[in-house]
Amino acid sequence: MKDLYQNTLKKIANSSNGIKTISSITAIVAGLLVGLIIMLIANPAGAFPGFLTILAGGFNSGLRSMGDTLYYGVPIILTGLSVAFAFRTGLFNIGATGQLTVGAFAAVYIGYNWTFLGPVHWIVALIGGMLAGAVWGAIPGLLKAYRNVHEVVATIMLNYIGMYLVRLLILTFIYNSDSNEAHSPAPSARLPELFLDDIFPRSSANIGIFIAILAVIVIHIILNKTTFGYELKSVGFNRSAAKYAGMNEKRNIVFSMTIAGSLAGLAGAVLFLVAGKNMEPVNVLLQEGFTGIAIALLGLSAPIGVFLAGIFYGSLQQGGYYLQTFDFEPQIIDIIISVIIYFAALSLFMQRFVADFISRQINKDVEIAEGNDSA
Amino acid sequence: MTNKEKNSDNYVIEMEHITKEFPGIKANDDITLRLKKGEIHALLGENGAGKSTLMSVLFGLYQAEKGQIKVRGEVTRINNPNDATRLGIGMVHQHFKLVEPFTVMENIILGYEDVENGLLTYDKAYEKIMDLSNQYNLKVDPHAKIEDISVGQQQRVEILKMLYRDADILIFDEPTAVLTPQEIEELIKIMKSLAKEGKSIILITHKLEEIHASSDRCTILRRGQHIDTVDVKSTTSEELAEKMVGRKVSFGVDKKKAKPGETVLKTENLSVYNPLTDQDVVRDISLDIKRGEIFCVAGIEGNGQSQLVYGLTGLSPLSKGRIYLNGEDVTDKSIRARSQAGMSHIPEDRQKHGLILEFTLENNLILQSYQSDTFSRHGFLKFDAIREHAEELIDTYDIRSSQGPVSVVRSMSGGNQQKAIVGREIDRGNDLIIAVQPTRGLDVGAIEYIHKQLIAERDAGKAVLLISLELDEVMNLSDRIMVMYEGENVGEFEGGNVTENELGLYMSGAKRRDQS
Repeated sequence: MKDLYQNTLKKIANSSNGIKTISSITAIVAGLLVGLIIMLIANPAGAFPGFLTILAGGFNSGLRSMGDTLYYGVPIILTGLSVAFAFRTGLFNIGATGQLTVGAFAAVYIGYNWTFLGPVHWIVALIGGMLAGAVWGAIPGLLKAYRNVHEVVATIMLNYIGMYLVRLLILTFIYNSDSNEAHSPAPSARLPELFLDDIFPRSSANIGIFIAILAVIVIHIILNKTTFGYELKSVGFNRSAAKYAGMNEKRNIVFSMTIAGSLAGLAGAVLFLVAGKNMEPVNVLLQEGFTGIAIALLGLSAPIGVFLAGIFYGSLQQGGYYLQTFDFEPQIIDIIISVIIYFAALSLFMQRFVADFISRQINKDVEIAEGNDSA
Repeated sequence: MTNKEKNSDNYVIEMEHITKEFPGIKANDDITLRLKKGEIHALLGENGAGKSTLMSVLFGLYQAEKGQIKVRGEVTRINNPNDATRLGIGMVHQHFKLVEPFTVMENIILGYEDVENGLLTYDKAYEKIMDLSNQYNLKVDPHAKIEDISVGQQQRVEILKMLYRDADILIFDEPTAVLTPQEIEELIKIMKSLAKEGKSIILITHKLEEIHASSDRCTILRRGQHIDTVDVKSTTSEELAEKMVGRKVSFGVDKKKAKPGETVLKTENLSVYNPLTDQDVVRDISLDIKRGEIFCVAGIEGNGQSQLVYGLTGLSPLSKGRIYLNGEDVTDKSIRARSQAGMSHIPEDRQKHGLILEFTLENNLILQSYQSDTFSRHGFLKFDAIREHAEELIDTYDIRSSQGPVSVVRSMSGGNQQKAIVGREIDRGNDLIIAVQPTRGLDVGAIEYIHKQLIAERDAGKAVLLISLELDEVMNLSDRIMVMYEGENVGEFEGGNVTENELGLYMSGAKRRDQS
């Protein structure tokens, strides 16, 4: 028994992925506990049943909430993927929210206007969103590669430029003065529900989840299986060595940011090409882009990890939705979810503690063992 | 003085039976090291022999699992570097721990500042620093910023830092690795004067000539074990090397006469511009390097050798001149095109250019050829071929690591990192091998190995362009030698037709060939 424990610990200590996974899980647990404390302060009576509701998340009301879990998870998976992809290639994409916003506008614009497209309408709208996001990602990529402007600065600035620009564009081209919102995309531009409304009755689940899965697979393959991904990672880790090896490091930086932007743009398209959710001409940065950063960290910047983290987020959202039955203010729900997510994103920080803990455990047992020997 | 006093009082440090284990490896296995007062004690061993671990135990960075440490005769526990500092133990790390934008004085007093009424005062510190600086001939300007002074001066700041904290047991971790030959001489003088004043010094190194120049005694470690402690005066370099490596090492390089064939690399009036200094740092270099010869560019660091290589390989643009590889004009070709046309490059800075430290060994071994048909198809990597290639190179070039092809390169020792690069570049079978300081920072075993490889390549009909700062290396390997001084070719010699002294005069600019 003791040996098994020791061996498992040693195995974990020797594999960096083991430590990382454990620290992600530790971080989630810590986040949940802090969330619980906030709930106890806000509403002592409802805290424990409410906490169980959050834990139950997507399982609160059967298939419907499971479907909604997927629905809420999809845009976050895509923005998370955008941040994670850039991160794996050595770039910090803070601009997912701006890329998402311009992507969403392009998609909604096409979705509202180009009704002549018929059955491929929604596909063209999606692609339009991706392209707009790609352009918004490419700009900081170009600035970084050819003018050495740090991508963090460039993407943050472009978030605001994107936000104001889109507000202006909405007011000019697709403003619906009755509802004070942008027009809804035409029914032909809405994402099909496929057979998902049969599996998850009354939920909002749509084809988006398959788009997200496809994106995860494609990014996973690019990063891990192709020469293109090898180059991107080389440039990300060591620009000088990439240049030495004859790679075009400038072009790779642009590619990398373009792909990251297109993923965030796709997220924007998926977010708004649905019924009942319209863009608003407001001066607010959409939070999905920032949540993507937390999700990328929580998912250890690996596509599969991002997918799981995104689903986890969707589930929390669902838990939060059902939390209303316990008299929690909506703001408290948002705070609790944010606390859990951002704590979870501290998994990098947790790594050190986990590594320390494990090595102390191993050393302690070595000392005990030696003590026995000499006794 | 009685015998008893002699035994107990003479030792300031006694590390006895130290054992320190890391997962999977015994870094120190029952090592005993005793440091006498006022001596310079060399700690010799190959990369990975356990020198740094042992010193980290002494400095409190690691705790030993077994063994004890006596400081000035008393058993002591050193739990962290603060304990060590309190006991008068100071360490100059290989990579300096200085705050670059701070001044020399601010760095020296860092953590030991004098405070008066809540404000910093520098007067006392300044006086003490100047005293120490004069006493030990450690000349630095206390008001200069670290980022503005040379590496040699930065090292003096580190030494002053230790002395300022009243350390009298000084550990130097491979202090000469970053220094020029003149600075090394200077440093050895400083160490000797410190020892004369009663300081005790442990010098971590793997350079034998430095041990002979500076040390009284020498402890040799090999693979975590204590091999011997010897008096340096009565031990030859050959004996030291043998103890360190565990087999006989040949210093002279065994080499047949060169049989030069046709020209591989030819340059005409090659110049490279440096935007920082707004002038050409390489001026009008014309080379003609043939198959079957080792052509060496000698010179003191910073005389344009690095930029010459950058220009040849395409890392920097040329301001003038042409480059021909096997008769083909490659002047306007990209880095990759030159590499594929037959240019292998063992870069000067293995961690900056040569390797991606976060990648595994097998992925580093395809850094130059990942896009070739051998390792990819339709843009997808062929993992079986990559693994096979790695195993082959590991075998052929004796690259040692903990997990073979999947070892992360950052975790490998410098010598094995270098072997990986040498293996990768030679294995490509290119006609020209540009090797820039291929043995920098390596121990004698690895140096011998890499020298043999370069000679084998020469004998196989390859052209080798060797850039070296080490005169020994230049003398041993070269068939032809060019000396560079301030970016110019100041003299060309046949190997064997010139003495070290003569080369030295050209390298320092005291002599240059007639410019006719």
